[in-house]
Amino acid sequence: MTASREPALRLQGIVKTFPGVRALDGVDFEVMPGEVHALLGENGAGKSTLMKVLAGMYQPDEGQIMIAGHPVQMTTPIEAKAQGVVLIHQELSLVPEMSAAENIYLGELPRKSFGRVDWATLEERANAILKRLKCSFRAEVTVANLSIANQQMVEIARALTVDARVVVFDEPTASLTDAEKVVLFDIINDLKARGVGIVYISHRMDEIFTLSDRITVLRDGAYRGTLTTAVTNEDEVTRLMIGRSLDLSRDEAAPNFGKTMLEVRNLTCPGLFENVSFTVRVGEVVGFYGLVGAGRTEIAEALFGLRKPDSGEIRVDGEAAEITSPRAAIALGISLVPENRKEQGLVLQMNCRDNMTLPQVQALTTGPFVAQGAELAIFDKYRDRLAIKTPSWKQSAAVLSGGNQQKIVIGKWLSMTPRVLIVDEPTRGIDVGSKSEIHQLLRELAAQGYAVIVISSEMPEVLRVSDRIIAMYHGRIMREFDIKDVTEDSLVQAISGISAEAVA
Amino acid sequence: MAYFYQNPVLRWLLRNPIWGFVLIVFIFFSLSSEHFFAARNLQNILVQTSTIGLIALGMTLVMINGNIDLSVGATLALAAAFAVDVQSWAMFATWGNWQILPAVCLALLVGIFMGAINGFIVWKTGVDAFIVTLGAMLGIRGLVFVYTGEQSFYAMNFAYSDFSALSFGPLPVLAVIFLLCVLIVHWLLSRTVHGRNTYAVGGNREAAVNAGIRVGPHMMINFMIIGFLAALSGVLLSTQMGAATPNLGRDYELWVITAVVLGGTKLTGGKGDIIGTLGGVLAIGILRNGMNLMQVPAFYVYVILGSILIAVLFLDKRFNTSTDGGLRL
Repeated sequence: MTASREPALRLQGIVKTFPGVRALDGVDFEVMPGEVHALLGENGAGKSTLMKVLAGMYQPDEGQIMIAGHPVQMTTPIEAKAQGVVLIHQELSLVPEMSAAENIYLGELPRKSFGRVDWATLEERANAILKRLKCSFRAEVTVANLSIANQQMVEIARALTVDARVVVFDEPTASLTDAEKVVLFDIINDLKARGVGIVYISHRMDEIFTLSDRITVLRDGAYRGTLTTAVTNEDEVTRLMIGRSLDLSRDEAAPNFGKTMLEVRNLTCPGLFENVSFTVRVGEVVGFYGLVGAGRTEIAEALFGLRKPDSGEIRVDGEAAEITSPRAAIALGISLVPENRKEQGLVLQMNCRDNMTLPQVQALTTGPFVAQGAELAIFDKYRDRLAIKTPSWKQSAAVLSGGNQQKIVIGKWLSMTPRVLIVDEPTRGIDVGSKSEIHQLLRELAAQGYAVIVISSEMPEVLRVSDRIIAMYHGRIMREFDIKDVTEDSLVQAISGISAEAVA
Repeated sequence: MAYFYQNPVLRWLLRNPIWGFVLIVFIFFSLSSEHFFAARNLQNILVQTSTIGLIALGMTLVMINGNIDLSVGATLALAAAFAVDVQSWAMFATWGNWQILPAVCLALLVGIFMGAINGFIVWKTGVDAFIVTLGAMLGIRGLVFVYTGEQSFYAMNFAYSDFSALSFGPLPVLAVIFLLCVLIVHWLLSRTVHGRNTYAVGGNREAAVNAGIRVGPHMMINFMIIGFLAALSGVLLSTQMGAATPNLGRDYELWVITAVVLGGTKLTGGKGDIIGTLGGVLAIGILRNGMNLMQVPAFYVYVILGSILIAVLFLDKRFNTSTDGGLRL
């Protein structure tokens, strides 16, 4: 039992810099054999960078990685796996058309003479692993036919083909139902009992407190402390996570809200969101805050006609609205700046001007032809207003920076003078400078009389731009805060679902 | 290299490498064959080019949409069969030369209809256009054989077969029709809402839907346009021959796609234009004509065209990834 006193994995003083960013700044982290160690931090705190260092995908600039007391160098994911460090990714990386057995041994299929696959051995071994995981399905099943939870089991089984010392789970429950979660937790506890060290990354406080032995918190790429789960509480963890006192001061006059522009009553789409009711007034920014998968984007899609709700009512400017397509939404004056600008917002090969005027070229047509002068006038106006940096309107959208691309998408919808503007994750993947410009812009838009909905997973962002914050957890609105009354603790608690009963 | 980028003509050629190639082969054949650079031969090239050229205009729209249409050769044959056969129907026997009118109209409608079916299936089922039009290619060719009974139809009305001999000044009427269509489709693509939507749908379908574009009907219209152009091409080809054979238009889809791709249109959609496509069809037309004049056996033309196709796409990848920010598929 002496070996068990040596950490299964130890990271010391890990530093990793990218051009202009110090992503990890001297991080220490260790996992004992048979321990579940939770890693916690806001988006961008450095969790994924740390895991990529651990998996051999990034090389640290400074610091040391030790496995079972021996310093190691891991330059590729294959080496990391050989050292017994296995990552179970948030996104599954399985080949859906192949069987579970083939996926488990992908790249290492047992062979017979002439390179033929030894199916008997393959299925025997795979079934043995699945049995160890108490899986109810056989290894011959095609992965595409398995539920997401069972697919995750296959991923875990793959990790167990090597003699894993450390298994890293990155947000494993993001796509699982409650029942499936219970199964996953059983497996984690089973691994733990076998002496495997577990790193558990999650945003969800309730899970962390159920599972973990210790909690390490990262913030802004730096190590902020390690707490023993048994003797700490949610407040303490939250404080470590947020740490700084955010600058929430806004140098603007008290906002002046007008009439209710959008009213949503009991909107339900089973499995995604339920009984969602809220209003947005003219001149107001309503922030939707919650974890990924809390149903916020899905609500936006329903409002924009991309998703058909089962029941509920949407009223725009007091009138009941039937929104069956984006076309209908646009006609009602609802605009959506989508979550993923490259995939959903921009036609990358197209030039900036054409991208900006895309939804309204019909309206800009006189006779058979599009009025290019009018298009250019719109482009010039919004380039100046949003300070879009591009050498010319002819530039294809692909070559612009993320911030400028986002401004093109925002400009596209602003130029339609919408009645309701929905912005989903407005600053994802955008540099700090452009970020604050976009925040400023959202405030100005509200001041100019737009009704704005901002969906964000970043707390500083919702706190900075919103007049009201709606906190969501698992498809439900947990609580609504006025910006004057909100505290960071209460917000974190509302979206983690820990005080669900207390609030409801 | 700096000079290369500053000179507007050279910069234009770098973006449209196929026109550089057209220029080179044109000069090459002018120098190496005494018959090439003659008014009569240049008229010939235009007439020969018009057949695949007309279809290539439609193919450009369909391919920028991110689709493809393999059924054009068969549609061409079906339309030609209708155009030649209908004018000899008994009910039009007393119409004199006017009997040509319902025949041609019906032929063009058949083309539009076939395109509409292709487009409708692609829209409603979501099956890949490659598969849908591959099926249509086989099916329509089958219909041609059923309709013609494996026989050729001959035009009895000489006004029909004399049509292709007409000319406006120095330009043969077929060349005029082709160039007119080039202008119209160029305007359609570069100046109208439909054209703008064509790029948007092919470039990023999801963004197009989010911008309120009705993608399905839009794609169907482009399939109808290519159906119309394939039928028109079939009618014009049958006037040249005074007949319609059941094997008319075999392999044309391959020539057309080659021309369009040579002209810089991307198979993945979102990119391309009519100027490039015109260069592509001219390149093929000049090469076939010139090599024919130099009495190079026809099969070498295939070898050379195949090599050029790959070379041009390679150059395009080299140059346009470095100047345009690395976004190419």
